[in-house]
Amino acid sequence: MDRLPNVPVLTLAGLYKRFGGLVAVNNVSFTVPQGAIIGLIGPNGAGKTTVFNLITGNYKPDQGAVLFEGRDIAGLKPHCVVELGVARTFQNIRLFQGMSALENVLAGRHCRMKSGVISSMFRLPGQRREEKQALERAMKELAFVGLEKQYDNLARNLSYGNQRLLEVARALATDPRLLILDEPAGGMNDQETQDLVHLIRAIRDLGISVLLIEHDMSLVMKICDNLVVLEYGAVIATGSPAEIRRNPKVIEAYLGTDSEAAEAASGGRA
Amino acid sequence: MLEQLTNGLAIGGIYALVALGYTMVYGVLKLINFAHGDLFTLGAYLGMTLLVSFGLAGYLPPLAALLVMLLMVMGLVAVSGYLLERVAYRPLRRSDRLAAVVSALGASIFLQNAIMLFYGPNYETYPDLLSVTASLTLFGVSIPVMRLVMFLASVLLMLVLYLFINRTRTGTAIRAVAADQGAARLMGIDVNRIIALVFMIGPALGGAAGVLLGLYYGNISFNMGTMYGLKAFIAAIIGGIGNIPGAMLGGLLLGVLEALGAAYISPVWKDAIAFLVLILILIFRPTGLLGERVAEKI
Amino acid sequence: MIRRAAHQLRRYRARSVLGPERYVFLAEWRNPPRSGPSGLGLSVGLSLALVTMLLTLPSVLGLYWTDLVNDMMIYAVLALSLNVILGHCGLFHMGHAAFYAVGAYTTAILATRFDVPILLTLPLAGALAGLFALLVARPIIHLRGDYLLVVTIGIVEIVNIALKSNIFGLTGGANGLLILNPISIFGHEIVSPVDFYYFILLILAVTILLFYLAQNSRFGRALNYIKQDELAAESTGVNTAHYKLAAFVLGAVWAGMLGTVFAAKIETVSPGSFSYAQSVLLFAIVILGGPGSITGVLLGAFLIISLPEIFRDLQNYRMLVFGAAMVAMMIFRPQGLMPPGRRRYKVGQFLGRFPAGAALRRNKQLEGADPTALTDPADLPSLADLANGEGKGR
Repeated sequence: MDRLPNVPVLTLAGLYKRFGGLVAVNNVSFTVPQGAIIGLIGPNGAGKTTVFNLITGNYKPDQGAVLFEGRDIAGLKPHCVVELGVARTFQNIRLFQGMSALENVLAGRHCRMKSGVISSMFRLPGQRREEKQALERAMKELAFVGLEKQYDNLARNLSYGNQRLLEVARALATDPRLLILDEPAGGMNDQETQDLVHLIRAIRDLGISVLLIEHDMSLVMKICDNLVVLEYGAVIATGSPAEIRRNPKVIEAYLGTDSEAAEAASGGRA
Repeated sequence: MLEQLTNGLAIGGIYALVALGYTMVYGVLKLINFAHGDLFTLGAYLGMTLLVSFGLAGYLPPLAALLVMLLMVMGLVAVSGYLLERVAYRPLRRSDRLAAVVSALGASIFLQNAIMLFYGPNYETYPDLLSVTASLTLFGVSIPVMRLVMFLASVLLMLVLYLFINRTRTGTAIRAVAADQGAARLMGIDVNRIIALVFMIGPALGGAAGVLLGLYYGNISFNMGTMYGLKAFIAAIIGGIGNIPGAMLGGLLLGVLEALGAAYISPVWKDAIAFLVLILILIFRPTGLLGERVAEKI
Repeated sequence: MIRRAAHQLRRYRARSVLGPERYVFLAEWRNPPRSGPSGLGLSVGLSLALVTMLLTLPSVLGLYWTDLVNDMMIYAVLALSLNVILGHCGLFHMGHAAFYAVGAYTTAILATRFDVPILLTLPLAGALAGLFALLVARPIIHLRGDYLLVVTIGIVEIVNIALKSNIFGLTGGANGLLILNPISIFGHEIVSPVDFYYFILLILAVTILLFYLAQNSRFGRALNYIKQDELAAESTGVNTAHYKLAAFVLGAVWAGMLGTVFAAKIETVSPGSFSYAQSVLLFAIVILGGPGSITGVLLGAFLIISLPEIFRDLQNYRMLVFGAAMVAMMIFRPQGLMPPGRRRYKVGQFLGRFPAGAALRRNKQLEGADPTALTDPADLPSLADLANGEGKGR
């Protein structure tokens, strides 16, 4: 597919979602330019994950558009969104815990494969070739995140940090052009977080744009080209990390609401 | 038409009483207690034993005998419910849902066959305690006394339960456990005790329903619990699972729908009506009539 | 505060230059790559012995026991078809007898009314059962676990009532239909239990082979992903609704074809053979044997169908023990007697081919030399400091 350099990978336009009486996402608009790493930050309960779920099709927006490479994907089923080229990870890790690391990554390959029941039952040549290619690619992604050795381990037996990496590998296996990471450093130790910074940059170097939610401000400030700040479901600021730091509204949002977030904002770790 | 309506309400009362047991257990454990229908059967058989073998009807006037028997049956079935929970469900509290459902099925098969081995595989005739044929004329319509008794008895039991759940400390604890077990435990509620209690209240009501049904139809069988249980569970879903007024509404509604369906469509298809209603409800209003929508947390 | 953060950061960086152990990959590989799928990996001698035993079994067993083995094999194939839905995909489906019934009645009706040769009705029975499954499962496929369970019970009940009520004047009501013409293969009529033994054994063997291959493929994996975490499966690109339906249809097609075999064998089809209780029996075979495991399901069929026959004196207690066993199994061995083994993949050739974490390492080297790397956050005033007064720190 030809990609025009000036069409943003993702454009959110007036996204709106309410649950009962609660407006979870209120008129949210921002863009993710190609090749950018964008951070979505905000106090707890600001609606960040809901925005992600609206992009990935887990929720349907009440109003507004989600343009992926210029095409409105709002309301599509999650697997269609993945097929188009948007992959995600979850805040509370959702791996296939009882399956091996390799099979978890193969799940990501699923949508790029074609063979069905019949070709599998009769092991047609196309099916065998495809399976081999998928295995190769899955091993490549495992190696990419540094989990090659663990390929045969069950997901549930991996350390917390490695489980997060495995989720990233699974997402990368879907050939995404936009990768959405929901608190990728959550539960990681300092060393793992440091490695994650390199990993996210390496992913961007592959030409994949990244949108991430993260509470670890040192990580966000370090790798994001731009930040979008959410409070009570609405965007209160956008700009470069340096601009965001100086934005009085942002400071108020963090310090005025809860102290935990403020501490996160000051570079400390929760 | 009115004939069908009263018949439907009487049977609906039975469904509602049994549905309460399902909905309460589902509320606290998110489990379909498949054996609940068989506890209902057990209640019917125990009632029969008390009346016939122990000659309860001989000593007391009919209404008093009914009352004493109901209370005794409720107590006995409550104990069975407690044992059931201890043996078949408590060890599985932390397992996945499939394991609990299969255990419930196993318990159901076990109970059903235990009843069959004890009482025999044939239909049993229920003693005619309240002269079933007697009827009362109200506003020019004759209504069998039995229907009136059944309807009033089930409504009364439901009312007591409703007040218990909403007005007492223990009732509040039950609601707390249903809403959030972890938080309830942190608040000092003995969750195991509450769950055991739920497994006694539900079966007690189910056992009472069994007795009423035996009196109404005049005969009972060891495997009737499967169908009545399923229908009661469907009634609970129709009303909104976990919701107590919903179970009452669902039960009465299902009873009336079935009675009307049997009269105006075909008696053969009567048993299919409940399932058709269930499918329609789940397609168009999966949370039931009184249930609330809950968004899945991702 | 800033100074402390900067110090920490320097320490981390020093560590990353050394390179975390995770990225230092040596060619050392302890587990030698496994060759081939091991599930079928019986040694040749053992397989030959098994085949010989299976082929000579009827002459050893005699007619009565051969007939029992035939029943057991029919249940085994049925349970394997349910296993696709319940075992692999994790869908609480308790209405399998409905699909089985559609197949059996298709055969019975075609054979009695239209004189179609039984064997010809086999694919038709499968196709109709599959179509039926597609139609009934489509609107309910999104239902959660136990709701699906109750609805599938409803389906089997409705089908049963429909059959009893002699729907469309085709099903013969409660008495069912009597089939007089036997299966005929190249002029050889399959009538005796021994004939049926070989016929059903062939079907069982083909079923095991095909299902084994299907489960070790993209299709089988997709079903497992759904069983493990449906939402995660959907979010990684698996069309969950499609695959759940596919599982239903595949299971139903097989059950439908077995309906043909059953109809031909028993010569009468009546509603009683396709009840809720039958569905529970199949459900229990899969659950007790080991959901998702072919060997487990075969074992389950053997235990649940054959054992009660072997201990006939205890037949009255059969269901009682069965119920108690279900409870006990869930408490002590919920994964079933023989849970599925892990799939094995030939990845040996790919190991070490991709420099582990190469992208990461390159990036780290760049960072060391690259002055354009993003500003170190420790050099920037933090939000809290800003609030405390223009980022001067303490």
